[in-house]
Amino acid sequence: MTILKEIDYGTPSPLNEGTVTLVIDGHEVTAPKGASIMHAAMLAGTEIPKLCATDRLDAWGSCRLCLVEINGRKGTPSSCTTPIEPGMSVSTDTDRLRRLRRGVMELYISDHPLDCLTCAANNDCELQDMAAATGLRDVRYGYEGANHLDAEKDPSNPYFSFDPAKCIVCNRCVRACAEVQGTFALTTLGRGFGSTISAGGPDMDFLSSECVSCGACVDACPTATLIEKPVEAEGLPDRSVVTTCAYCGVGCSFKAELKGDQVLRMTPLKAGGANEGHSCVKGRFAWGYINHPDRITSPMIRDKITDPWREVSWDEAFQFTAGRIKAIQAEHGQDAVGSVTSSRCTNEETYLVQKLTRAVFGTNNVDTCARVCHAPTGYGLKTAFGTSAGTQDFKSVADADVILVIGANPTDAHPVFASRMKRRLRAGAKLIVADPRKTDIVRSAHVEAAYHLPLRPGSNVALINAIAHVIVTEGLVNEAFVKDRCDTDSFAHWADFVAEDANSPEAAEAHTGVPAADVRNAARLYATGGNGAIYYGLGVTEHSQGSTMVMGMANLAMATGNLGRRGVGVNPLRGQNNVQGACDMGSFPHEFPGYRHVSDDAARTLYENLWGVELSNEPGLRIPNMLDGAVSGKFKALYIQGEDIAQSDPNTSHVVAGLKAMDCLIVQDLFLNETAHFAHVFLPGSTFLEKDGTFTNAERRINRVRKAVPPVGGLADWEITQGLAQALGYPMNYSHPSEIMAEVSLTTPTFSGVTYETLEAEGSIQWPCNETQPQGTPIMHEESFVRGKGLFMITEFFATSERSTRKFPLLLTTGRILSQYNVGVQTARTANVTWHDEDVLEVHPHDAEQRGLKDGDMVSLASRAGETTLTARLSDRMQPGVVYTTFHHAAGQANVVTTDNSDWATNCPEYKVTAVEVRKTNQESAWQRSYAVMSSETRRIADPAE
Amino acid sequence: MTTVLIAKDSGAKSVGADAVAAAFDAAGADVIRTGSRGLYWLEPMAEIDGVVYGPLSPEDVAGVLDGEGAKCIGPLADIPEFAKQTRIVFKRVGAIDPTDVAAYRAHGGEGGLHAAQTMGPEWVLKAVAGSGLRGRGGAGFPTGIKWRTVAEEPTQQKYIVCNADEGDSGTFADRMLMEGDPFLLLEGMMIAGYAVGASKGFIYLRSEYPDAAETLATAIANAPFLDRDFADGFRFTVELRMGAGAYICGEETALLESLEGKRGQARAKPPLPAHAGAFGQPTVVNNVLTLAAVPDILAKGYGIFHSYGRKQSRGTMPFQLAGNIKHGGLVEVPFGLTLRQLIEDFGGGTRSGRPVRAVQVGGPLGAYFPESLLDTRMEYEAFARAGGMLGHGGVVVFDDTVDLAAQARFAFAFCAHESCGKCTPCRIGAQRGVEVVDKITAGENVDANFTVLDDLLEVMRDGSLCALGGLTPTPVESALKWFKQDFDKGASE
Repeated sequence: MTILKEIDYGTPSPLNEGTVTLVIDGHEVTAPKGASIMHAAMLAGTEIPKLCATDRLDAWGSCRLCLVEINGRKGTPSSCTTPIEPGMSVSTDTDRLRRLRRGVMELYISDHPLDCLTCAANNDCELQDMAAATGLRDVRYGYEGANHLDAEKDPSNPYFSFDPAKCIVCNRCVRACAEVQGTFALTTLGRGFGSTISAGGPDMDFLSSECVSCGACVDACPTATLIEKPVEAEGLPDRSVVTTCAYCGVGCSFKAELKGDQVLRMTPLKAGGANEGHSCVKGRFAWGYINHPDRITSPMIRDKITDPWREVSWDEAFQFTAGRIKAIQAEHGQDAVGSVTSSRCTNEETYLVQKLTRAVFGTNNVDTCARVCHAPTGYGLKTAFGTSAGTQDFKSVADADVILVIGANPTDAHPVFASRMKRRLRAGAKLIVADPRKTDIVRSAHVEAAYHLPLRPGSNVALINAIAHVIVTEGLVNEAFVKDRCDTDSFAHWADFVAEDANSPEAAEAHTGVPAADVRNAARLYATGGNGAIYYGLGVTEHSQGSTMVMGMANLAMATGNLGRRGVGVNPLRGQNNVQGACDMGSFPHEFPGYRHVSDDAARTLYENLWGVELSNEPGLRIPNMLDGAVSGKFKALYIQGEDIAQSDPNTSHVVAGLKAMDCLIVQDLFLNETAHFAHVFLPGSTFLEKDGTFTNAERRINRVRKAVPPVGGLADWEITQGLAQALGYPMNYSHPSEIMAEVSLTTPTFSGVTYETLEAEGSIQWPCNETQPQGTPIMHEESFVRGKGLFMITEFFATSERSTRKFPLLLTTGRILSQYNVGVQTARTANVTWHDEDVLEVHPHDAEQRGLKDGDMVSLASRAGETTLTARLSDRMQPGVVYTTFHHAAGQANVVTTDNSDWATNCPEYKVTAVEVRKTNQESAWQRSYAVMSSETRRIADPAE
Repeated sequence: MTTVLIAKDSGAKSVGADAVAAAFDAAGADVIRTGSRGLYWLEPMAEIDGVVYGPLSPEDVAGVLDGEGAKCIGPLADIPEFAKQTRIVFKRVGAIDPTDVAAYRAHGGEGGLHAAQTMGPEWVLKAVAGSGLRGRGGAGFPTGIKWRTVAEEPTQQKYIVCNADEGDSGTFADRMLMEGDPFLLLEGMMIAGYAVGASKGFIYLRSEYPDAAETLATAIANAPFLDRDFADGFRFTVELRMGAGAYICGEETALLESLEGKRGQARAKPPLPAHAGAFGQPTVVNNVLTLAAVPDILAKGYGIFHSYGRKQSRGTMPFQLAGNIKHGGLVEVPFGLTLRQLIEDFGGGTRSGRPVRAVQVGGPLGAYFPESLLDTRMEYEAFARAGGMLGHGGVVVFDDTVDLAAQARFAFAFCAHESCGKCTPCRIGAQRGVEVVDKITAGENVDANFTVLDDLLEVMRDGSLCALGGLTPTPVESALKWFKQDFDKGASE
């Protein structure tokens, strides 16, 4: 339930073309063919009473409130399940229907507590609404009959409670869990009057069930049976602010519902283009960090990192910082300074940080976290197609026939999109999964991959070439598409290359470990099974051949003609809420906003004129170069907005050495994160609920972020950057982020049609948005590729230098899980720790047995880069020889182990392949112990009285 | 050697047929286990050269073999309750070993398939329509129309689903047929599949019929016509799926849900199963007796079938006599004789010898007829006019000791227990019905509670999702209409 009501048509909009005209209550109504009577009536403004129907779920027909009479037909059919027919004449409100509806309500209320006034859903309850609408005045059955009023409440989930005493068994929760989320955790137990809703089975509660806490059931519940705990505790919200989730790259639209300035709940927006009313445990519930006592609310500075922090005014912080930067630049040159923009912050904020760097610092030393995730996507897709972004909108997956998931774990990392995908798979699309691990999508409720290709970490390119080999040598190429749309010379070269025996599935098997027959069958399925759509994640990019692999997938899609329409495409599942936007906004050292190279004179002149400064035409430093520079004494100051590179970047000991070597490290964040240990200035940042702006998701969708509460530190992040610019003497005077977006659209061709006014009107826009595409572009490359002809690139497989040895015989690959988000700065400060409170090392039972390990043992995980201690979890998701961990908790220090190997084109680290050894231990590693000491010392904040 | 036919029908077994068979076997007789002739008051029964003996105990066996006449009933053909029947569907039941292919063929089996093969699917559809066959499960929908609807669906995959979830009180004809002549059912299913273009059939069998399950499994494995090329590339397979003890799964949409492995809950219609049934595909859902009637319609010509019965009720109907009845069992007769004839001429009146006071036809949701309605003809329309329904042909007789208020309460209690729990009128209404009847019989605000009861009956009848909730009012209303005095006892006491 929610206080900001969106219209509920009762049943889903039919996808059919054409319309039907009928008569409802004497008025002629025209509605889409296949619509229910209920839907058609609502389109005409007639709301037929209902309880079990809601337009996000298929019609169910159980409540029997929506009965209608149809001229010439017997009986009183339910309007939710009866489709409209031409010429039909329907009455929705007759004496008979009123009598029946009141009779049904009388039955409902005879088994419902009479505690409306003290109920958490009072005034936000559909049962209450229907009792009023039907005019129920008396329950003549009395209340002494059989009932469920003593049913025990289940408070086990940290975020919502389940009170079966209030349940009307409408099954909306069960159906939402199945149809919307696709988890099938909920069910109805018993039968007849004894039917009850249950999470899994008798004696099971929500927490111990398969429930993934996506909140779909809570959203669907028409009563207080399933309700958010804060609403239960505090009462109904009194206002609602529509905004965008700040977790992953799906970019779900939410209503932040507040009482005063207290957020009580976040509920998904049905009109949200990315999520269409769905959510996951992170966006829906894990927002409590905004009020966490660890939040830093005042700027802080210190001379040395061994000093305690000193809280100061904003002005003092800005002056101190500006002074240090000026001094450093005077002594070491302009290029001794740089910035890291944040993929968690807004487009406007990111734009400002790169502007500050280029225009005020006077250097192109600006980089972003995409460096460590999807930089190869940008590079690879731009090379092949001409645009650094995915080709489809999320909705497109509903038209896919074969879905190829490579190096992505959508049910954990992009759960709301995974639900869309699973819905399509349940409807019959085929699935191919290429992943070293048996991820949930390989086999879960009503979903099973046709082929799981469990390749060895580091062998992606060998696999994609083998698939291409089959397509080319078995005559499965879409010749017409290649001829029309692609660069045919490059195709010919590529076809010759992949046809080589060295690229056959049989030859590749030596590298990938995947049976050649499976590769051949999977390739045939992708090429011939109808619309083929590729979805991929960091399992593709975070390799020494990350960019090569992206181009390999682009080759495959072009060769099979799977581009330029719905249901196909090459789609990166981007990690951070605004990593697409951060890249779009010029966060790379070699590119201005809109991916124009800094040596592009026209673009540079444009900015020089607008910003009134001279700009460098030389690309600046990437993050690893900045750290190298710091270690070697040439790079001295770094401004990091909303990024925790000490936790997230590979080879932690090297990162720490670089950070420690700097004279001025400025960290702007919500919390004293790991990077802040080495900072001299801490600027308290604002959460997504505390500011205005926009995020751009993985489908290039620009969504509005709206301020719901004031920033706890007093300033929004864009205001902080602006304050710093002003302290450095540069006139930067935006009064609202909309003015920053106006500057972006003025200077960036692909954004020229993007304004806050259009965003208000449309809800969201997918770039490119300009004169030719004023409504934005859901599907890219429809008529031709942005670069003209699609370019095939030769993708020769080179094994990574990181390979298993006698000393380090296992391969480590890292990733994420559902309940935690990346470095855990936010989710680790929420009740999501209920599901995951430490990073564990997943080990195949065979490898464990060889090493004498049991589930739950403390184990040392060591590579040539470093060593950390984790808890072992035995898991046959793994293949023998491969171990897996997450990097959500600082204590885990997983990135001490990862190396500085990286993608040849973009320096994206090779997180997914590290040669390691695992052995039993009884203590934390030396690194962890010394890090813990350092961590507590450098986190000290001086008492203001001192 | 003497050949003895003894039923291995579970009804016969329940009164000791196995022991009798063992005794014959031990005595050196050649025992053939068959279905039951349906003369249940004579079970355990033995048939030797057309002469019937029963009811027997093992101790009687030696005497029977020695030609003693104590247990001899006489020739089967002379037993009036049997002789007066018109056995079409049940003609082989009791006469042959149910899973003996040669015997099946020797007694006319596969005749329907041969006719279908010769004449083609379109002719089959016309013949079934022309025969006047209507669904024997309860609703009486014309089978020809249902088949035609499915045949006209363009979909590749279609299904034939046999509803063998025989759950009505006092019914056992499906079980007898499946235990006694399973090939006939399989032949009927295959003809249906051929006619509509469905290559796969499912039998949804209630879990309470383990003997039928065993017999069917054997028959499916041995049927000489299944899973082999038939005509024009048509090939038909049958899979047996078991229910799990829910009455509601005899309702066709709940059956389909259960068949698909889901919770057995009624689906809203439309879509009709003929358009979107099992696994979303066009599906013929027919009762056992409906499908079993088809082979003979084709083999003999539909005109013959149509010549039996009257008006809109054509062919024969296997009625089942149960309850307080002297000669309980199966009676296959053409539609048209009266309820009284069935009870008196075939059933021999009540077992207690007391007067008949009420008869419930059509299962637990059928109406209770008073003595004054016993001359109602056993026909779909005649029964509907009298406020009842033939249903699956179960006839349950009560003598004058019956309390119809208690029976009305039972109707609600049955519904409350068997409701799938999906729709509100059935889920909550049935429970409240029990409570309201209790209040009335306890004399509590009787007038007001009668009004509540009337309103509840309307909500259940018009508001329920499926026939279970929708028909629960029928027995209650008939009890109120004909036996109101039974409800007033509490008030007067």
